Amino acid sequence: MNVVVPNEKLKPADFASDQEVRWCPGCGDYAILKAVQRTLPDLDTPKEKYVFVSGIGCSSRFPYYMSTYGFHTIHGRAPAFATGIKITNPDLDVWMVTGDGDGFSIGGNHMLHVLRRNVDLQILLCNNEIYGLTKGQYSPTSGIGLKTPSSPTGSVDNPLKPLVFTLGAGARFAARGYDTQKTLPVILKRAHAHKGTSMVEILQNCIVYNDAVFDNVLARDVAPEKQVHVEHGEPLIYGAEKNKGIRLNTKTLTLEAVTIGEDGITEDDILVHDEKNRSLAMMLAAMDGDELPVALGVIYCDPAETYEDGIEHQMDAAKSAETPSIDALLRDGHTWES
Amino acid sequence: MNELNIKAGQNPSSRKEVPSVVIRFAGDSGDGIQITGSRFTDTTALAGNDLATFPDFPAEIRAPVGTTFGVSAFQINFGSRRIETHGDDPDVLVALNPAALMVNIARLKNGGTVIVDSGTFTDRNLKKAGYKSNPLEDGSLAAYSLLEIDITKLVLESVKEFGLSQKEGLRCKNFWILGLVFWIYGRKREDTVEWLKTKFAKRPEIANANIAALNAGHVYGEVSELGDGFDLYSIPAAEMPAGLYRTVTGGEALAWGLVAGAELADLKIFFGSYPITPASPVLHSLARLKQFGVKTFQAEDEIAAICSAIGASYAGALGITSSSGPGIALKGEAIGLAISTELPLIIVNSQRAGPSTGLPTKTEQSDLYQAVYGRNADAPLVVLASRSPSDCFEVAIEACRLAAKYMTPVMLLTDGYIGNAAEPWLIPTVSDREPFPVNRDIDPEAFAPYSRDPETLARPWAVPGMAGFEHRIGGIEKEDGSGNISYEPENHQQMTDLRRNKILGIAKDIPAQAVEAGLETGDLAVVGWGSTYGPISRAVDNKISAGKSVSHIHLRHIWPFPENLESLLRGFKKVIVPEMNDGQLKTVLRDQFLIDAVPVTKVTGQPFKISEIEDAIDQALES
Repeated sequence: MNVVVPNEKLKPADFASDQEVRWCPGCGDYAILKAVQRTLPDLDTPKEKYVFVSGIGCSSRFPYYMSTYGFHTIHGRAPAFATGIKITNPDLDVWMVTGDGDGFSIGGNHMLHVLRRNVDLQILLCNNEIYGLTKGQYSPTSGIGLKTPSSPTGSVDNPLKPLVFTLGAGARFAARGYDTQKTLPVILKRAHAHKGTSMVEILQNCIVYNDAVFDNVLARDVAPEKQVHVEHGEPLIYGAEKNKGIRLNTKTLTLEAVTIGEDGITEDDILVHDEKNRSLAMMLAAMDGDELPVALGVIYCDPAETYEDGIEHQMDAAKSAETPSIDALLRDGHTWES
Repeated sequence: MNELNIKAGQNPSSRKEVPSVVIRFAGDSGDGIQITGSRFTDTTALAGNDLATFPDFPAEIRAPVGTTFGVSAFQINFGSRRIETHGDDPDVLVALNPAALMVNIARLKNGGTVIVDSGTFTDRNLKKAGYKSNPLEDGSLAAYSLLEIDITKLVLESVKEFGLSQKEGLRCKNFWILGLVFWIYGRKREDTVEWLKTKFAKRPEIANANIAALNAGHVYGEVSELGDGFDLYSIPAAEMPAGLYRTVTGGEALAWGLVAGAELADLKIFFGSYPITPASPVLHSLARLKQFGVKTFQAEDEIAAICSAIGASYAGALGITSSSGPGIALKGEAIGLAISTELPLIIVNSQRAGPSTGLPTKTEQSDLYQAVYGRNADAPLVVLASRSPSDCFEVAIEACRLAAKYMTPVMLLTDGYIGNAAEPWLIPTVSDREPFPVNRDIDPEAFAPYSRDPETLARPWAVPGMAGFEHRIGGIEKEDGSGNISYEPENHQQMTDLRRNKILGIAKDIPAQAVEAGLETGDLAVVGWGSTYGPISRAVDNKISAGKSVSHIHLRHIWPFPENLESLLRGFKKVIVPEMNDGQLKTVLRDQFLIDAVPVTKVTGQPFKISEIEDAIDQALES
């Protein structure tokens, strides 16, 4: 049923399965699927080594639409399946697709532990701030006051910030993009190149239950003033006029938005992005488009030993020159003849 | 130490020969009772006796000293004949404090021997144990042969030269009492001396103090008059089939069986587990077997443990997870996914007592319903049960065989008693066994993820990394053959039938049910499963010797049942089912065969006594 195609000839269409895509028309997941299918041909992984793992939810249907190996598992548990897969065969190129409910509500515990263990896999978090598949209840990333069938008078839940959680868990890579972002494949390639758990939060529009929830940041008219695209080594400058910047207030140890040319502020006052700086990353990840713009791009990337490498080192250390014998194991220790 | 005068009457040559003895060591949970028990076990095994043990410890790691709920005990039954159980009632009770006496005295045989550390029978300890008066003085132990020794004082004297603190010195008490018991039963000390030297290689003063205590206890026996009517014993070696033996606990045998089974299946083990009493020993054993390619993963919770194991199976390993009842409950949804995706998986359940947290360190067999019926929807899997510590090895191999051959989860039932108890084991040879390697030689042109082997109904196991076999699986109902998502009503019926028939078809591939003891037909069949094997076996043997028409049938394969089980059971006028639960196998037998299986149940956290099964047999035969 599958034809082996040498990798160099693969095109985005070669990563599409024969299954009809069943997301709602206009769903942001279509754009994310396309971005992934555009990304993979540029990577050097043989097709048979890709594994897409997901939990339950709209975005978790993702593996069915890829022509790679895929495992659609159970609600919230994708990190555990992905961890078992990667430990078993570290050669596999594992991608995990999840949503805000799957990843941070029912699966919050597994998310915490996959991030702190630093298993080498890419996590695509399709954050639409709503439960889609169960028809529109508020999610752990929904804003306070959101009216939904389960919160008719408005949600009172304090929303979780996925990338702040990610960094708090000790992860070594955190990035953010949005569904229709043309440069999303650039971020995905950085996530893939990073050895360790790479969390990519993708702001994803749910056209049916939470349409335009990110318009305060993504709408064309406000985007330049509400987004800062971070680049390692480049100053954190944004705005239609490229005259806004992020500065560290050293008295309050908080970030603040400033305008270059006003109040004596020059480009030298603007923070330069350092993706290995965890403190900076924590502050950038928390920026929410209210007082400060939302940070897009690779916010943090500072590799450390992966979980499966730690295991493999111990496995190698346990190997001996001879093939181990179970019969010898059973006869080790106190034995006697009867 | 022979410079000390050994009294003629206690010369080993005049020891009283007995076929078997049951000793129960009991003390505070900090007294090292389990170590005393395991040392006595090893030495007894080396002396050639058959044996069975029952470690019986509290859930609290270190309960307040001197309290009844902090009492830890270790019972061993050893003898020159075949030993099936840890023994109903002890012949000897060693009680290292009043609480240990309080908790255990009722078990002691009438006329049995009590050895107490009188140094601990202080007013304070008596009060803590709930005694209103001192049982050593008030005549309440008159029915027993009482040996009062101030072990506290003697042990401190024996270790004085090593400069230990009083606390460290008192920690040697368990070896002092071991030395005395070794003397009473004519056991050698060398093995324990070697063990202590190895165990405390880095702290020789501790090793030497314990050795001194061991010797002092032994010498005490040699030189003192133990009292009128206090006999010394010898227990001749048991007649065992010839071969090389070792002692083994259920936890060890299970771990080794999984390694052997995986090797026979040509698979590597991935073991995902979360610590839980009493299942953790399997995780501990496997974590030390990396040289066999075993990867163990201590997951963040029970759910992650099984999900990681299923992921591992998806990636081509033999995924195994292990827990106890409450943890198995948490794994339920994931077990359904493994059934739906038809991946090999072994789920070990070391059962414990009670719903919810229940009695974590006590034994019960009450997860049979959970194993057979306990999932949402129609979700069949294979259920196996081990009957004894060494049997865990064979059942683990069988679990590996069935999981890999039939692409199915297998639930392996054991329990806390089997897991912790030890017995002598005629060591098998794995290299002589017929391997059952997994077939990954699949034709890519004909490959469909849910195509089936016509004989086993198993689907092909193509794993990531195999070029040309890329496919998607998941928990949504899939189309027969292609595995694509399907919501078609007829297809769901078809897939439900296939999942059921695949598991039921395994009945053709397992041994016919044998009769353990007795004839193939008769008045009464006693049907058991799991760790009731010992007491049922002994009780049925006794009744057969008494001329009764009774047979013992013990199940390893619980789902599916062996093909001949129904006809076998119909050959008996009556069927009783002793179980440490409220009657679960009884229900399954009635459900499957519409036979009048009569329950014999016990859920006290303690295994059946032989006499209890004998009474049930008598009652069934009389009624």
